[in-house]
Amino acid sequence: MKILVCISNVPDTTTKIKFADGNTSIDTAGIQWVINPWDELSLTRALELKDDQANGVKSVTVAHVGPASSEPTIRKALAIGADDAIRINASASDAYYTAFQLAEVIRKEGFDMIICGIESSDFNGSAVGGMVAEFLGIPSVSSVSGIRFEGGSPLLTREIDGGRETVKVTAPFVAIVQKGIAKEPRIASMRGIMTARTKPVKVYEPVAADSLTTVAGFEKPAPRAACRYIDPENPAQLIDLLQNEAKVI
Amino acid sequence: MSVLVYTENWDGLFKKQSFELVSYASAVAGMMNTKVTALSIGKVDAEELGKLGNWGAEKIINAVSDELTVFDSQAYTGIIADIARAEGSKVIIFSNNISGKALAPRLSVRLKAGIGAGVSKLPLSIEPFTVYKRTYSGNAFAHLVINSDVKILTLAQNSFDLTEKPTGAVPETINVSIDSSPVRTVVTDRVQQTGKILLTDAEIVVSGGRGMKSPDNWGPLVELASLLNAATACSRPVSDEGWRPHEEHTGQTGKMIAPNLYIAVGISGATQHLAGVSSSKYIVAINNDKDAPIFEAAQYGIVGDALKILPKLVDAVKGLKK
Ligand SMILES: Cc1cc2nc3c(=O)[nH]c(=O)nc-3n(C[C@H](O)[C@H](O)[C@H](O)COP(=O)(O)OP(=O)(O)OC[C@H]3O[C@@H](n4cnc5c(N)ncnc54)[C@H](O)[C@@H]3O)c2cc1C
Ligand SMILES: Nc1ncnc2c1ncn2[C@@H]1O[C@H](COP(=O)(O)O)[C@@H](O)[C@H]1O
Repeated sequence: MKILVCISNVPDTTTKIKFADGNTSIDTAGIQWVINPWDELSLTRALELKDDQANGVKSVTVAHVGPASSEPTIRKALAIGADDAIRINASASDAYYTAFQLAEVIRKEGFDMIICGIESSDFNGSAVGGMVAEFLGIPSVSSVSGIRFEGGSPLLTREIDGGRETVKVTAPFVAIVQKGIAKEPRIASMRGIMTARTKPVKVYEPVAADSLTTVAGFEKPAPRAACRYIDPENPAQLIDLLQNEAKVI
Repeated sequence: MSVLVYTENWDGLFKKQSFELVSYASAVAGMMNTKVTALSIGKVDAEELGKLGNWGAEKIINAVSDELTVFDSQAYTGIIADIARAEGSKVIIFSNNISGKALAPRLSVRLKAGIGAGVSKLPLSIEPFTVYKRTYSGNAFAHLVINSDVKILTLAQNSFDLTEKPTGAVPETINVSIDSSPVRTVVTDRVQQTGKILLTDAEIVVSGGRGMKSPDNWGPLVELASLLNAATACSRPVSDEGWRPHEEHTGQTGKMIAPNLYIAVGISGATQHLAGVSSSKYIVAINNDKDAPIFEAAQYGIVGDALKILPKLVDAVKGLKK
């Protein structure tokens, strides 16, 4: 079994987001770029599955659609333990375009299990994983909170409203993962960092594809009204305000 | 031309979010001078289906098939795509929930339709078709232009008010075949809780953080929640420690929720936590540190010891109920 983990390169989650060019693009000055948190957890789980030889995972590859400036993020994934990487040299400005590029490469290289995160922390599209599956005409299982092997074939746990199901699908398939997939992201070891430099990163040029969306501009959320403080000796006043002022209880 | 809205059903029943979705679809259709068709997959009885007509659905379709016993995103996508084509739908609307997130991207490719995911308002304009969508995990909103002929939107839960608009539409049931996308998902096991308010459905949520000190202190928090008909939630360290079940963890790496009221008890208000709750209409913070960042997100705050304040809140709510 060959596993592919799709990774997106996003601003660190504590970044104060600022915009430039009349609020049409993000101001990248001073941003710390990281692997999208879900993708880091996907990679961790993929490597755990590979560690157990009984599972028969041959390799874990990461794929990223992005310019050369994303290389440090790809190297980080290699340092954590991915065997090799693929970069598609294009700007991932639209989910449809990005998924098209990924699908094209997956068709060429062939993978059995493709893992995507439920959402990127920058675009919040929740789209690329399902789109890749549909371009390839293969099954997708979403809201996946667990992947394990039983008798050599993968079993997925997926969240449903108020519960969970265990699901089997025929490979190749796309797993779209969320909370529960791995506990803590695996951290690169010193040796991992050393060997990452020599691991292969294959660069593909993009194929012609359409974009269906464009961002016309950004805005910051409307500032919230200042907090109104209630006397800690008289919390009942809070209940009164919630009932008669906010009218939410 | 029409606006198609996918109204999921849960064992044959709709939820309030289904009606919100139809209300939203109806308002979008109004902007485009067209009508709303609601589609539900899997057997729903006529009376329940008819309820969709109270909120502006002018056509109600129930697609059923014996072959559909599990949720298979490919098979469902095939059904929705066929109906969207037959209806000439230009806009297709899903909830931004588990099934919406599973189906919208597949349908997008099938129909070559751009997606606006997690919209929380009506489109800003129809020409060009521009939507207001959450980005950077709630730290910003984008004006996203969808350039394709057909557009797909997923609506954030609890972001649009119910607007009554009875149409008297008579539901029609159609048998669909899923030959083109055979079901390839096999469910081998299922566990489901019953009788509890789901966190993602709740209009009020009471949530505890590390400031609760110990799992043994949750009694009054749970009691407050139950008196308010609320769901309980927690911060990530609390579920990591096993103080509370994982389903309750809210935030960027947990559940994203948008209730009318979120009461954060002993939660500092880290950006990753706020990313999952900042769309709540009202936030109440109870924290003994007056400088905790949660107070910047809150409209009402109490600076003090949660363990002393919670029992008093419980008493105050009990007082109301009398
Ligand atoms: C990539 C990433 C993703 C993350 N995702 C999430 C996520 O999804 N959700 C999440 O919650 N966190 C997430 N975190 C963790 C987050 O950064 C914070 O560490 C976490 O939210 C803190 O939880 P807390 O507020 O319960 O605890 P603390 O930060 O320890 O805060 C406890 C608060 O309780 C107050 N307090 C103490 N005693 C009392 C008392 N007696 N009465 C009243 N108040 C009291 C303190 O003043 C303090 O403000 C993530 C972190 C990373 C790096
Ligand atoms: N540029 C990209 N390159 C590779 N994978 C991506 C890229 N963007 C998104 N993905 C994958 O798609 C998931 C969902 O992203 P999104 O649809 O943007 O919310 C991410 O968690 C990644 O697994």
